[in-house]
Amino acid sequence: MANPMIRLEGVTKRYPGQDRPAVDHIDLDIPEGEIVIFVGPSGCGKTTLMKMINRLIEPTEGRIFIQGEDVTGVNPDQLRRRIGYVIQQIGLFPHMTIGDNIATVPKMLGWDRSRIDKRIDELLELVGLEASFRSRYPKQLSGGQRQRVGVARALAVDPPVMLMDEPFGAIDPITRDRLQNEFLRLQAEIRKTIVFVTHDIDEAIKMGDRIAILREGAKIAQYDTPKHILSAPADAFVADFVGAGASLKRLNLSRVRDVALSQWPTVPVGTHPEAALAVLRQSDRGSLLLLDAQNRPFRWVTARDIDRDDIPLDQAGMAPEAIVEPHATLQDALNQMLDSSHGAAVVVDGQGAYLGAVDFATVALAIQDMRREARDQLRAEAVELSDTGGIATS
Amino acid sequence: MSIATPGRTLGQEPEADVPGPASVVTAPPPARHRRPWLGYAVMPVLLGLVCLALYAWLQSKQLDSIERRLVNSHDIREGVVEHVKLTVVSTFFVILIAVPLGILLTRSFAKWVTPGVIGLANIGQMVPSIGVLVILALIWTIGFRPAVVALVAYAVLPVLRNTMVGLQQVDRNVIEAGRGMGMTKRRVLTRIELPLAVPVILAGVRTALVINVGAATLATFVNAGGLGDIISGGLSTSRNTVIVTGAVLTAVLALFVDWVGGIVEDLLRPKGL
Repeated sequence: MANPMIRLEGVTKRYPGQDRPAVDHIDLDIPEGEIVIFVGPSGCGKTTLMKMINRLIEPTEGRIFIQGEDVTGVNPDQLRRRIGYVIQQIGLFPHMTIGDNIATVPKMLGWDRSRIDKRIDELLELVGLEASFRSRYPKQLSGGQRQRVGVARALAVDPPVMLMDEPFGAIDPITRDRLQNEFLRLQAEIRKTIVFVTHDIDEAIKMGDRIAILREGAKIAQYDTPKHILSAPADAFVADFVGAGASLKRLNLSRVRDVALSQWPTVPVGTHPEAALAVLRQSDRGSLLLLDAQNRPFRWVTARDIDRDDIPLDQAGMAPEAIVEPHATLQDALNQMLDSSHGAAVVVDGQGAYLGAVDFATVALAIQDMRREARDQLRAEAVELSDTGGIATS
Repeated sequence: MSIATPGRTLGQEPEADVPGPASVVTAPPPARHRRPWLGYAVMPVLLGLVCLALYAWLQSKQLDSIERRLVNSHDIREGVVEHVKLTVVSTFFVILIAVPLGILLTRSFAKWVTPGVIGLANIGQMVPSIGVLVILALIWTIGFRPAVVALVAYAVLPVLRNTMVGLQQVDRNVIEAGRGMGMTKRRVLTRIELPLAVPVILAGVRTALVINVGAATLATFVNAGGLGDIISGGLSTSRNTVIVTGAVLTAVLALFVDWVGGIVEDLLRPKGL
């Protein structure tokens, strides 16, 4: 990372009366435009570490650079106005309208009224709230809406850096999932550098471009992409923290388009039953997929359906089910596959044309590939380190 | 605290950890919406009826010369004006002292003096006002000023305590959000903490007003006038009619002041709460 947006150098926090530091000599580079997640068990110091970036907690030792500028000594209030901040309970000011809440930082920076008004409208639109929300009060909003206002308020002066402290922590699971997806879409647009604290490894895997897994004393156990952390945990602590379902979680990070699809026996609609039966017998599958004139899945039929005399082949069998597109995650595909009665999820392209299928063999192969890839990379890194004379500490 | 404060008590307001022995805090009215305008009219109408009934009752009685000398429209008007003056001036000084003190005592640098100051305010309320008045009369003077001093000492506690509780019950997350966005400590205090504490502070002020209306009847003993003149005149001449008249008028005034305080509370409560 040549020019990290945020660089921590030997950042340490000691509290008086405690013999062990809460945060112990952290060095960390956070690249521009990425979401970096601090995750770890409670009490590991992840929130302390994050709050030292905007100096809500003053570091005892070490330096913090933002965009190359040492901010360890600047006026903390001025510094915080340049850094977006979202906390778990959102902390909207209950006696101010949504508009006034969003205008908090612009007002402190002395923007004129018309510029602030324009910005409020822009931000409400950005987070998907109607313009009429600006004159409402926080208590008139739902939890999800407040969360969006919290994000809008943090983005008010378009800061390059945002700090988020469990921003989706106090929201029900269904709304949380929707807000997370929304936020990822938003981030694809605004490309902020985001430091995000959570204790939930699944959220970390979903939201993070990179994850820093912290152990007690805010020591970094592993700092890597979600893929690598899941495939090649650095040590027993990380493996333990990621949990038993690492392979399943890993499937959430792979897309159907990245794996080799299985082929399934297919025939076009209108094929003679005898010919269809012959195709089915040649394969080792229990059913056959009928495709329509546009090559789209039309019916699932089994040998018994083909044998029936009472109804024509194109009305026999079952309507297609478990259909996924290439951008679906492998986990989605696996889920569809388990639900289907044929042991496979059918993959179609954007026009709905048949591409292949995902079955158990596909998934098993994909997992093997991920493991091999991660092992190879670790080996390559180890070789690189020993070549350059470095010491592999982790 | 041995003296029951009029008004409502605060039960389980979040994080209402009051330092010191104080336990009863006046809560802001639970009603979150403004009352309909008709609701505001009930109390003055009721008080008007009470005054009318008192007037009719006095008219129906044959008052002797002593009673007539004590209960007449001129003296009553003068008594009410003096009484209101005592109440308003002392409450003004109570606010002037207690609100800034409450703000100071809730700042993190003042944590260590807080219990001491609260204890002092407690003493102010526990010592009988009549005793304070007598002492002040002996060592200083009589009249309006010692009466105000005694009333202020007596009524500082509820406002001080409510100011502190009002500031302490402001959601820590809201304060942290403000600090995290780069608001200075002073700005957080003036833009967030104080506005959010206003309902609780005003509830304390309202309590102080009512306390002072009651306690101001004692001002008569240092020759500071007020409705206490009528009551003590009735007592010293054994005229029950006079005592009842003074007591009813004081009660009506207390309820009226409380009513005005309620309206002010409703007007000043920040929107959105």
